Amino acid sequence: MAVSGLVMLLYLVVHMIGNLEIYFGAGEFNAYAHWLRTVGEPFMHDEWTLWLVRVVLVAAVVAHAVSAYQLSRRDIRARPTPYVHRRRRASYATRTMRWGGIILGLFVVWHLLDLTTGTVHAGGFQPGHPYQNVVDTFSTWYGDVVYIVAMLALGLHVRHGFWSAAQTLGVGSGARDRALKTVADVLALLLTAGFIAVPVGVMTGVVSWR
Amino acid sequence: MKLTLRVWRQKNARADGAMATYEVDGVSPDMSFLEMLDVLNERLALDGEDPVAFDHDCREGICGACSLVINGDAHGPERTTTCQLHMRSFRDGDTIDVEPWRAAAFPVVKDLVVDRSALDRIIQAGGYVTAPTGSAPEAHATPVPKPVADQAFEHAECIGCGACVAACPNGAAMLFTSAKVNHLNVLPQGAPERETRVLDMVAQMDGEGFGGCTLTGECATACPKGIPLTSITRMNREWLRATRKASDR
Repeated sequence: MAVSGLVMLLYLVVHMIGNLEIYFGAGEFNAYAHWLRTVGEPFMHDEWTLWLVRVVLVAAVVAHAVSAYQLSRRDIRARPTPYVHRRRRASYATRTMRWGGIILGLFVVWHLLDLTTGTVHAGGFQPGHPYQNVVDTFSTWYGDVVYIVAMLALGLHVRHGFWSAAQTLGVGSGARDRALKTVADVLALLLTAGFIAVPVGVMTGVVSWR
Repeated sequence: MKLTLRVWRQKNARADGAMATYEVDGVSPDMSFLEMLDVLNERLALDGEDPVAFDHDCREGICGACSLVINGDAHGPERTTTCQLHMRSFRDGDTIDVEPWRAAAFPVVKDLVVDRSALDRIIQAGGYVTAPTGSAPEAHATPVPKPVADQAFEHAECIGCGACVAACPNGAAMLFTSAKVNHLNVLPQGAPERETRVLDMVAQMDGEGFGGCTLTGECATACPKGIPLTSITRMNREWLRATRKASDR
């Protein structure tokens, strides 16, 4: 869980920074998107780097999901009889890891069908014109709602996930605990804010293709 | 004080259990929780009923025999053992739910008594130092720096009550196992078995059917001895180190 989670987290940070290019106009954003296909040339052939990243990401998602499933099965089996007197346990971020993770998984499917393949895209999907596609998606109310809810879930997931990964890998200590928690909070906040900045930009009209 | 108790009653390991309601009157706020149960049991015995079975021994917070999940909290609302929990922590007229530790690895024996021998088997897997027993060794023979001794003591405080397992939403025994592993692994006396200890104890813990850790922190919050959550982190570090070393061999 820790290693695959950190791989995805690293990708998300890069993804979020790249997304902010949308604030600098269609030209720059589309050029950035095009560059993603040509990274590493001439050493890497066209799209090789992109596909390498995709393969690593799919492996990370599968590993994360499989270990989450195994861990959950084990945890549920370990307490066959629940307590009669129930009380709310742990923080909200901690309690929502499982459902939050499932929501994020479903979101990724929608996100790919929407903006990579264009299968469920609102309006006419134009391959090679991501700027217009993004604006199209966030011009629909459900596009904004789905995205923003998912990004809030992402923030919560990262908040508990990053700190937990550090504990799993044995990096934490009493003295370092506060620093790790702060890094987790800052990462969660920056990722959520950075990603949500895109639909907010479209909604407020700062980002538009007219 | 007058209290309403809702207590888990279960005849034996195979029988179905259920919560039973009892009124307990004449409870002094200075009584411990176990003394309050004694009052109830005395009356049940006089009435010819079966007294409520619960584990207890030293009643001074050092043996780890007492258990009980009180209103959903392992060892009740205060950060101490049930025997050191006093009725002044409750209010007159309160309804209190009393349940056994709940975990697949802790089968109920009767009422509130559970079988915690799974923890003993984790200790047997590596919670010891292989050394000649016999007369006590000269105390100065193995110098231990003060910070190291402090660390060892912090983990050695674990009394093995199992509150961490009871409190964990996953029924995991990570805090118990980590306290036992770290207690010996930080000391020079534990060094020769540093790798096998952590590998064997974790393997035994997994084999006993405890859940997996999701770092909710409930264990460290419930622990009457204040074993810190970072104890688990340290064990993870030890485990990764031992795994690396084992693959080098």
